[in-house]
Amino acid sequence: MIDPVQPPRRKNPLLRTRLPASPPRPRSRTSHGFTRAAAEGRFVLQRCEACGAFAYPAREACPACLSAGLSFVDAPRRGVLLAETTARVPSDVYFRERAPWRIGLVKMDCGPTMVAHLHADCVEGAPVVMSFQLDKSGQAVAFARPEGETPNMADDRQWREMTADPKFRRVLVTNGRSVIGQEAVAALKAAGAKTVFVGVAEPWRPFAGEQLLRGQQGVEVVTLDASDEKSAADLAADIGGKVDILVNTTEYVRPGGLLDRRGTSIARDEIDQAYLGFVNLAQAFGPAMRMRGADGVSSSAAWVNILSVHALANWPAFGAYSASQAACLSLSHCLRAELRPGGVKVMNLFTGPVDTEWFQTVPPPKVAPRAVAQAIVSALRGGLEEIYVGDVAEEIRQRLAANPKALERELDK
Amino acid sequence: MTNSLRTPYDGIVMAAPVTIPYARYSIESAQWWIGRALSALVARAGIKVSDIDGLCVSSFTMGNDSGIGLTQHFGLCVRWLDTIPLGGASAIAALRKAARAVQAHDADIVACVAGDTNHVDSFRLTLENFSRFNRDAVYPYGAGGANASFALIARNYMRTFGVTREDVGRIAVAQRANALRNPHALMKTPLTIEQYLAARPISDPIHLFDCVMPCAGAEAFLVMRDHTAASLGLPAARLLSTIERHNAFANDPMQVRGGWAMDVGELYAMAGVKPDDLDIVQTYDDYPVITMMQFEDLGFCSKGEGAAFVRQHDLTIDGDFPHNTSGGQLSAGQAGAAGAYLGLVEGLRQVLGEAGPTQVKNAKLGLAAGFGMINYDRGLASGAAIFAGPAR
Repeated sequence: MIDPVQPPRRKNPLLRTRLPASPPRPRSRTSHGFTRAAAEGRFVLQRCEACGAFAYPAREACPACLSAGLSFVDAPRRGVLLAETTARVPSDVYFRERAPWRIGLVKMDCGPTMVAHLHADCVEGAPVVMSFQLDKSGQAVAFARPEGETPNMADDRQWREMTADPKFRRVLVTNGRSVIGQEAVAALKAAGAKTVFVGVAEPWRPFAGEQLLRGQQGVEVVTLDASDEKSAADLAADIGGKVDILVNTTEYVRPGGLLDRRGTSIARDEIDQAYLGFVNLAQAFGPAMRMRGADGVSSSAAWVNILSVHALANWPAFGAYSASQAACLSLSHCLRAELRPGGVKVMNLFTGPVDTEWFQTVPPPKVAPRAVAQAIVSALRGGLEEIYVGDVAEEIRQRLAANPKALERELDK
Repeated sequence: MTNSLRTPYDGIVMAAPVTIPYARYSIESAQWWIGRALSALVARAGIKVSDIDGLCVSSFTMGNDSGIGLTQHFGLCVRWLDTIPLGGASAIAALRKAARAVQAHDADIVACVAGDTNHVDSFRLTLENFSRFNRDAVYPYGAGGANASFALIARNYMRTFGVTREDVGRIAVAQRANALRNPHALMKTPLTIEQYLAARPISDPIHLFDCVMPCAGAEAFLVMRDHTAASLGLPAARLLSTIERHNAFANDPMQVRGGWAMDVGELYAMAGVKPDDLDIVQTYDDYPVITMMQFEDLGFCSKGEGAAFVRQHDLTIDGDFPHNTSGGQLSAGQAGAAGAYLGLVEGLRQVLGEAGPTQVKNAKLGLAAGFGMINYDRGLASGAAIFAGPAR
């Protein structure tokens, strides 16, 4: 049984902050089939198309029949822990700092044996449930948990290394004027965040839902206009060293594509707000987050973007907006690479049209802002990288994988 | 026991066992250590470098070199060349290939050499880049290296067969006693079973004295036909039989036996001897539990009786079952791939009567085993050889 994680004590400003180290990163190209699955929280193994045998580790031919037809498919997660050990003197800096570190060998019900990180409640000879998680290098690793719920399960020390649980962490939600921002504040507070800073541009101007933020225990309204470089830098000077999780809820939705607009003024606004706002936030808050990736129980852990799923496939009715979101998606991959040395995860939540005023004319289904907020929390708790929220987003993910040209034609209607 | 269908190693001998004394750390390269071993071979055999017409080399730390680079490096002109990257099974594999080469007259004198250096960070780099499966699916899990992988095997083995740490500790303690008589062993202080049990844990149930000491060093011997040895006036040991097996028992969920178990009948049948006939045994002792597994798989006792076997026998030089007489890797040190050669080279010295302070009285018939390559969850490579000195 695990002791609950304790709220971190006030940091001694005279002590050196421990710098982040990364667990071993090199992998074979084929092995990134697991990385892809881990990013979405799926559990896959290679399965032979010819004989049906499951294989692990990643291979180029089936060990049962030598077929090259090995595909990554969703696989049964259950196995039995055959043996465990506790590495007390690892040869790698990351693990040496975190020793003792517990691993085990799991015989999967579907065949292969897997070396896995162990949740502290795993018992030799007992069933376990396997998942792929992204470690602090951003690489997929197998993680075995007990089959049932155990007390304080999410507080396991090794599990917490793989995730970005908001419990006891301090979060910056960048836009409190939006409904999604307000719902995110409530969901993160409910998930145990110590403090939620919530950015509001021109805070003297009243806005709907203001009462949900002001005067709430653990919620601090701060001045932030992400599209203004100085505003972002000023706020980072104040609280940059206290932001463990940043949730970028910047939202700037305008209908229209290219030919029915005149000039570039709206397009400029879209880029200013969404893309350059992202740039400003990254430059203001990214460096400190990268430095604080190993800063105790409440180290910096994650950066969350809320993006339109049309970042992946342009929706001409909101064509220029889709393009601004595609720019943000591309930038998020750059940010992911640059935050990776700190072990800070970059998570992208893809949503279909949200049930807000700017999508007023769009027919349902639309995503409830509360569903987006809950998805943020579960992505942080699961340590995911790509999350599709709602039916529209999920459908576009599948159709894009099936046939991107068909999707392109059908989005034109 | 069935008769072997394989061609006997008639007239094939091994000579000039040499060891370049180990160093915990070395600023020299692997090539330097291999060069010292070749030089020692030539001096010991009283031959010229140009008499060596076959070369077989094993090393983890040669960088991008393989055997071919070494021919030019050392001024060798050979007509038979091999590089064997089989870790702890390299010596047996090298011997098998060299024996057939000289038997077929593809070569007359083959130098089998293994050497490695140990810079301050080279052991970690070897662990990190050991194999594809290791890099993908083992090293990122705690980076415990071979200690963690063998810990899983040891834990399962010990639980399955009711083996205690004290049982496996007997092996390590006996080897330390042997090492104290080997002036080149890195470990120079006695080890008691109490000290063994009180050692700090490394990766449970592996504790400090279950682990080898990585070091720099080299080992080598020559393979030739008996006529060649006689014409050189070289004392030589006859090769009686060998076995080699890779990826055996792949369907065992965890390793409780090595490939020896698959071929042990052949090993003794080809040699025409029984386990009881052996005067000295040199197992591959990267961990004592693997040695215990070899006592079972090489036919000295049944599976599951390894613990009882070590309780009933004295494994020291003067004991009733002289084993790893130089102290083995556990107490002499593990010089990378030379660790594979350590047992065989010491075994040759024993049956040739050249072992000096570690000499077992009247040692005539010896066995050396190899084991290696934790590619993923188990050691894949195993081998063994039986050989006889001139007195038998």
